[in-house]
Amino acid sequence: MSTPPAPLAFPLAFPLAFDADAVMARHVDAVRHVRRGSLIGLAGLLAVLAYLVYAWFAFDIPRLIATAEPQRAVLLATDAVAHKVHVTKGLRNPGFEVAVEGERTATYDTPPAWVEADTAGDRVIVDLGDGYSARIDGAVLTLTGPDTAPIRVEATDRGVRIDYRGARPDWVTEGVNVKTGSLVKFEARPSIDKRVQVTRSKIEIHRYFFGWENFWFPFDSPLHGLSLGALVELALSGDRIDPDRSNVATIFDTFWSNPEWQHRTVFIALLETVLMAVLGTLTAAFVGLPLAFAAAHTFNRIAVIRFALRRLFDFLRGIDMLIWSLIFIRAFGLGPLTGALAIAFTDTGTLGKLFSETLENIDRKQVEGVQATGANRWQRYRFGVIPQILPVFVSQGLYYLESNMRSATVIGALGAGGIGLVLVETMRTSRDWENTLYIIILTILLVVAMDALSGWLRRRLIQG
Amino acid sequence: MVAVSQHESIVQLEQRRRAYSLLTILVVVLILVTGYTQAESMNSGGFLTGLRQFFDYPGDILEEAWAEGWAFWGIVWGFLPALVETLNIAATATILGGVLAMVFAFLSTRSLDVWPPLIPVSRRLMDVMRAFPELILALFLIFVLGASSVPAMIAVAFHTIGALGKLFSEVNENIDRRPVEGLQAVGASWLQRLRFGVLPQVLPNYTSYFLMRFEINVRASAILGFVGAGGLGAELRRTIGWGSGEETAALLLLLFASIMVIDQVSGMVRRGLVTGTLRAKRVPA
Repeated sequence: MSTPPAPLAFPLAFPLAFDADAVMARHVDAVRHVRRGSLIGLAGLLAVLAYLVYAWFAFDIPRLIATAEPQRAVLLATDAVAHKVHVTKGLRNPGFEVAVEGERTATYDTPPAWVEADTAGDRVIVDLGDGYSARIDGAVLTLTGPDTAPIRVEATDRGVRIDYRGARPDWVTEGVNVKTGSLVKFEARPSIDKRVQVTRSKIEIHRYFFGWENFWFPFDSPLHGLSLGALVELALSGDRIDPDRSNVATIFDTFWSNPEWQHRTVFIALLETVLMAVLGTLTAAFVGLPLAFAAAHTFNRIAVIRFALRRLFDFLRGIDMLIWSLIFIRAFGLGPLTGALAIAFTDTGTLGKLFSETLENIDRKQVEGVQATGANRWQRYRFGVIPQILPVFVSQGLYYLESNMRSATVIGALGAGGIGLVLVETMRTSRDWENTLYIIILTILLVVAMDALSGWLRRRLIQG
Repeated sequence: MVAVSQHESIVQLEQRRRAYSLLTILVVVLILVTGYTQAESMNSGGFLTGLRQFFDYPGDILEEAWAEGWAFWGIVWGFLPALVETLNIAATATILGGVLAMVFAFLSTRSLDVWPPLIPVSRRLMDVMRAFPELILALFLIFVLGASSVPAMIAVAFHTIGALGKLFSEVNENIDRRPVEGLQAVGASWLQRLRFGVLPQVLPNYTSYFLMRFEINVRASAILGFVGAGGLGAELRRTIGWGSGEETAALLLLLFASIMVIDQVSGMVRRGLVTGTLRAKRVPA
């Protein structure tokens, strides 16, 4: 707080002589005042610190640090930008296959160049990169690395037998059956992009590659692996892949219904989220405005109605979007209508309160000017009031639209549907983090695009 | 002649404005009509059938709560720890977010003599933090840190930095430079100028925005509890899943009451800050 110069220290006229005593006297006061302010500030700061210390223990941060799994973040980050190819040799159910993410629909007919195998898969050599290679002979896996002795792992009927022939590297973990005490699992992860697993039922080798695999077209479609040039050529050529449809339609449809990435589902979910936010905000703004007129003392003389509307606004806001969503999900089921109504109900309260406060603070002169020309009640509102509150109406409406874009993702996750629900479900199954990252990127792009659009609209509408 | 042509141009302008307003209204109506039609067709339950069921659920849980009689208040009492947890998430997030928002706001204000290249950087950072959906960050942190209140707290704090930072920097832009210059003239350091020249001017507004944000964050923390963080939301998820109506009613009552109380108190304090009643009390006569 700045000290106001004590008015009594200076008599009516500005003193010509410099009164050192008076200045000194005020100096003491000023210093005391500043010191008191500092003390209050310090006390406030200490109280906040004490609260944070309490929160540290209330949240049980020490236990959290102990149980956090930062390697999950690394795993997630790796898996989100890479895809892995599984080389699987079945022992209990004999078989051999090389497949992207281990999916049956994405199995290689001829193995890629880094896998050398005979047709039965009895003798396989897998190049794991960085000088590591794995060799499968029947039920025996031999792992060789650039600076470790070869490790021989044999899958037996009862478990695995491991022969290190040197020191055991620290990237190897062994799985022990708690009851029998026998070794049942061998797992090696020399680096984040390669992994070898042996159990008595199968030998599995994973190698990670950078990039999103099968993003455009499913692995088993004829379009998979074609370059952009080849695709354009195909789109323009007259020879139809599918005789019933044009090639452009086939290409789009193959992409759109890609089973792994589900572009169509994601797109529809995004659309639902946008619908929730836009419909909810528009409804709230256009229902809130007339209610705001009736709740403002400048436009409504009946105090009972004003009071009732004020309480209605408080009630709608107080119920909160969470509770409204839960009620609407029960009544209307899953979908954008549910989300839109939940947003509309909450924000009718917020916007109604805001607009009515604005209406009470408008300039009466403009209204009186319009009235002087003989305008009736509606003309006074239209030309005297609306132009004054329009900037607030537009800017607050757009601000709530931005904020509701984020709210719509959250209430979607509660069960209203849209991108929030898709995101939660993808994360919960956490099968492929690249799908999650894809949805996250799209959601953020959508939110940013809505922010930019609303910023642009605000500038246009308020200045124009 | 001049008056006539002026009148004509004004009429023309007015007509064009009317055309624009009409167009805007038409577009809005079109969006609402097609949007609601589309939304209803995408919804799993229809609007009219839903409307009839609208009061069923609130009615059911109220009935179950009523059947409990006085024991209902015991249930409410039992959920107080969950409420405290939600309030803790919101308060810690607002404090941590608010403090960092102050740092970012001071780094992005032109009139405060910070290193110029830093200004656009901190502004963009605040934009990113504001735009990033809380849900995504919370879900990611729940995956890494495990289900507890802390992921929600960090997610809410992260968003708070961006949201409050922008408001704070707007306050900073509008300060009176003269006290700062006066302090500079007597040889005050940058920190001293900030402490005695800037802070006294901005603190009332900061407090007002801070309280507003706390209210928003209480709501956000309750919602995030529903997706795996603790507090009221987590309890709600459990009781709804088990179909325990009286417990759900107790939780909803707690949430509603606390939001109402915070809303009214923060509204009162903020009005006091803006009209200067609280401020006047602290300044000695």
